[in-house]
Amino acid sequence: MAHTTTLLEIKDLKKTFSIATGLFARPLTLTALEDINFTIRQGETLGIVGESGCGKSTLGRCILQLLTPDEGQVLWLGQDLTKLPAEEMRQRRQDLQIIFQDPLASLNPRMTVGEIIADPLRTLRPELNKTERRARVLKTMESVGLLPEMINRYPHEFSGGQAQRIGIARALITEPKLIVCDEPVSALDVSIQAQILNLLAELKDEFGLTLIFISHNLSVVRHVSDRILVLYLGRIVELASGDEIYEDPKHPYTRALLTAVPIPDPKLARLRNIDALKGEIPSPINPPSGCTFRTRCRFAKPYCAEKRPPLEIIENGRLVACHRWREIDVPAEAVLNG
Amino acid sequence: MTEVLKVEDMSVTFELHDSEVQAVREMNFSLSEGETLAVVGESGSGKSQAFLAIMGLLAKNGRAGGRVMMGDVDLLALDSRQLDRYRGKDIAMIFQDPMTSLNPTLKVKTQLSEVLVKHRGFNQQDAVTTSIEMLERVGIPEPVKRANAYPHELSGGMRQRVMIAMALLCQPKILIADEPTTALDVTVQAQMLDLFKSLTEDFGTSLVLITHDLGVVAGVADRMMVMYGGRVVEKGVTDDLFYDPRHPYTLGLLHSTPHIAKRAVRLDPIQGLPPSLENLPKGCAFHPRCAFAFDRCLVERPPLRDVGDGRQKACFYEGPLAYGEVA
Amino acid sequence: MAGITGKDAVLTEYAHRLETLDAPKGRSLTQDAVRRLVRNKAAVLSVFVVGFIIIFAFAGPYFLPWTYDKIDWSGIRKPPNFEAGHYAGTDQNGRDMLARIMQGTQMSLIVAGVATLVSVIIGVIYGAVAGYFGGRVDAVMMRFVDIMYALPYILFVIILVVIFGRNPVLLFVGIGFLEWLTMARIVRGQTMSIKQREFVEAAKAGGAKPWTIIFRHIVPNLTGPVVIYATLTVPEIILTESFLSYLGLGVQEPQTSLGTLISFGAPVAETLPWMLIGPAVVLVSLLLCLTYIGDGLRDALDPKDR
Ligand SMILES: Nc1ncnc2c1ncn2[C@@H]1O[C@H](COP(=O)(O)OP(=O)(O)OP(=O)(O)O)[C@@H](O)[C@H]1O
Ligand SMILES: Nc1ncnc2c1ncn2[C@@H]1O[C@H](COP(=O)(O)OP(=O)(O)O)[C@@H](O)[C@H]1O
Ligand code: SF4
Ligand code: SF4
Ligand SMILES: [Mg+2]
Ligand SMILES: [Mg+2]
Repeated sequence: MAHTTTLLEIKDLKKTFSIATGLFARPLTLTALEDINFTIRQGETLGIVGESGCGKSTLGRCILQLLTPDEGQVLWLGQDLTKLPAEEMRQRRQDLQIIFQDPLASLNPRMTVGEIIADPLRTLRPELNKTERRARVLKTMESVGLLPEMINRYPHEFSGGQAQRIGIARALITEPKLIVCDEPVSALDVSIQAQILNLLAELKDEFGLTLIFISHNLSVVRHVSDRILVLYLGRIVELASGDEIYEDPKHPYTRALLTAVPIPDPKLARLRNIDALKGEIPSPINPPSGCTFRTRCRFAKPYCAEKRPPLEIIENGRLVACHRWREIDVPAEAVLNG
Repeated sequence: MTEVLKVEDMSVTFELHDSEVQAVREMNFSLSEGETLAVVGESGSGKSQAFLAIMGLLAKNGRAGGRVMMGDVDLLALDSRQLDRYRGKDIAMIFQDPMTSLNPTLKVKTQLSEVLVKHRGFNQQDAVTTSIEMLERVGIPEPVKRANAYPHELSGGMRQRVMIAMALLCQPKILIADEPTTALDVTVQAQMLDLFKSLTEDFGTSLVLITHDLGVVAGVADRMMVMYGGRVVEKGVTDDLFYDPRHPYTLGLLHSTPHIAKRAVRLDPIQGLPPSLENLPKGCAFHPRCAFAFDRCLVERPPLRDVGDGRQKACFYEGPLAYGEVA
Repeated sequence: MAGITGKDAVLTEYAHRLETLDAPKGRSLTQDAVRRLVRNKAAVLSVFVVGFIIIFAFAGPYFLPWTYDKIDWSGIRKPPNFEAGHYAGTDQNGRDMLARIMQGTQMSLIVAGVATLVSVIIGVIYGAVAGYFGGRVDAVMMRFVDIMYALPYILFVIILVVIFGRNPVLLFVGIGFLEWLTMARIVRGQTMSIKQREFVEAAKAGGAKPWTIIFRHIVPNLTGPVVIYATLTVPEIILTESFLSYLGLGVQEPQTSLGTLISFGAPVAETLPWMLIGPAVVLVSLLLCLTYIGDGLRDALDPKDR
């Protein structure tokens, strides 16, 4: 498929949260996202990876205007969603949908499956009558692999995998162009996880969807994505095609994520040097100076603490933010296998 | 190698309102010193209940049958007072959500030192020092500072480490870890698995690792046991099961697990859903989802039997296990 | 682009076909809770007793020879006398006690029901709005609640008595207007946690407006705390009413209420015990049963149990 039209463009996006620390103390500012710039072309799948708390969900929610960014633009076919009046944004929501991580928490426990899936239609397509709505619900249920007789059941009567299918059906019912999938399989068993991943791939082909696929597991992301964006502490550290990320990661953090991926192959897994990434992600309230990754980077040099590495464009549109990416360019296999 | 635990014909039954469900049936295995045994299966396959039964931690409506021998002692025959002498001391368990087993109102060091005072007769001072050493050993940076924290002030990974430290304080012979990394990031998961590996080497602890993720198993387990519908369906050395699975369910799990080096267009998952224990399919419980099922599977239940090389499987099918071009 | 557009005709037909398929109804959470409640023997018994008391209070008077305000000059301060039709005796004014108990129970139930309903409606809407919008809206709304809390309750009641004194039902509508504060706080807290749940975000992504989210997605999920709160409020209002009647601020003669009856019966308990025992038994069983029902509901609605 030729990815020609630019569907979505994110420009200089920034999002902060203020954290109340006590009745009289000044609230602290947590920078969840900063300097986010990228584009998504029609029909592609963009993977977003990073550890917990690095801003993946916040980014997804800012794109959908479920959170209001502090600065920057979210351009949908050239139109800035952040400036759109509420009513127009509501209409746009037909095109942009989301699937959540916790399948059960994302379904209203007091509504039946049919009501849940039809819910977006009530606001977004008020011209449809009850029969038409029901028809669409049943059709969508069929495409996500739910049986029609499940329509009157309640969410708590379903397993995680089935609940996730209900969530997918709700996202599909407005015939969106873009779906943000926020860790859609993280809470599921492996076998069910694979079923859902396959389902998403099928739906993507069938409906010509564009997907943003968020996960902390690179092997899941690589499985579905054309391009992968790596986030660390709210900033983009690398953006490249799935194959490039896997075969030739440039940023030390990307490499670390690669080595952390569990490999279902005992011999390879034993060979691997899994010490690669030490420690945990620092608090975004008080991030390290210079390169935010320096506290865990095994290639860090003193100057990494002084100057923030810019996001450079390197060969064929790849982006990387590291002072030393040229010097540390060792083959990926070596990184993977220790 | 010495055997530290032997489970014979264990079953777990839950009393419901007007019926009973068997969550675990006819479970047999033994665990050697320093060995890591992985227990794999989808949710609801009975993994957790089997080991909760061994720990004497079943819900009120549950009861365990069979024998769990630790040396000459049958753990299932002990009452809870007697069991307390073994639990936490010789055999310890950690859970997916550490918050459920940590007391949110007590500092980390208080909870750790309590264990030492109670089980090993330490005085308060030594107990705190030893606790802090153990925190350091399980990879907690700035252990002194962290020891003074409350559980909610720690990240998920840290809490799991605290749980491991607590479990190790009494130098148990057996550590049971129920989905210890499922709630964690891959990076922290990798660190955690690394920690498990070094712990079994350093302390000679036997580890039972319960998980649904084969990626987690591959690097750490010596042997593995695959469960389905409350029964063990395949058992053997990890490498054998990965490179030459003999049970269609094991094969299915392998094909469901994404492999970063092999980008398949489609994964080849097991179809359908795990069965409910209340009405397990007749014959082989896996037959509705099995690509190799034949008429015999619908009527007769395959027993777990030896198939050579110290492996066991519960399946009638003898042909080569491969579907299509995937291998 | 492939899509479901333009297939409406086919789909409608498909739906019609499936219409006849009659998908089985699932069990809702409410049905689940009811099932659990039914297993609780004390609660079930209490529901029956309360049901009986309601029928007793509302249908009973039609079966009695005497009305609550009719004076029987031949029977003043008489113990139960079946021939005269005074099954529970008469009071100092020669009025039939059983009729008065029935009327009193009726009055207590009505005022409790009215006040609870008013407080629940106001409390839920107020709390849900404050909790959902949060921020400044919440701060202002909840500050108002704090102020209301701080003002003396009895002061308001006296003002209300001055305004509505002649009409007990209106008086308790007024009391309902004072009772919602706690409900609002509970609902606000619940709303704050429900709005974090992903299904609320999903509704936003589906274009739902704030009011739709509040009434369609949040309020139905408040059933648990609201029902429990209501079962606690009903007895509380019955007691409030008794207290006010005791002070002479409640119901006006010849109408009566459980509280009024007891306040008249208590001083003469030794000489005319039937004037106290009847109303006391009704009041105590009502309060006891409501407590059991409340406990049962709390267990039945407990989400942990699922
Ligand atoms: N409403 C909020 N108020 C304050 N801080 C917030 C809020 N939402 C998110 N954050 C913070 O912003 C940062 C990014 O959060 P986000 O949820 O986007 O992370 P994530 O990458 O999706 O992580 P995970 O893998 O855990 O889902 C985190 O530090 C988080 O604590
Ligand atoms: N107290 C209980 N009463 C009835 N059934 C139970 C109880 N606890 C667990 N079960 C059932 O036992 C089965 C096995 O559970 P478990 O061992 O937790 O599965 P897993 O393999 O996911 O760890 C499940 O079907 C579960 O519903
Ligand atoms: S800039 Fe320095 S610290 Fe940052 S990733 Fe590159 S080498 Fe590591
Ligand atoms: S016994 Fe039959 S149904 Fe069961 S796993 Fe083997 S082939 Fe499949
Ligand atoms: Mg997230
Ligand atoms: Mg489990």
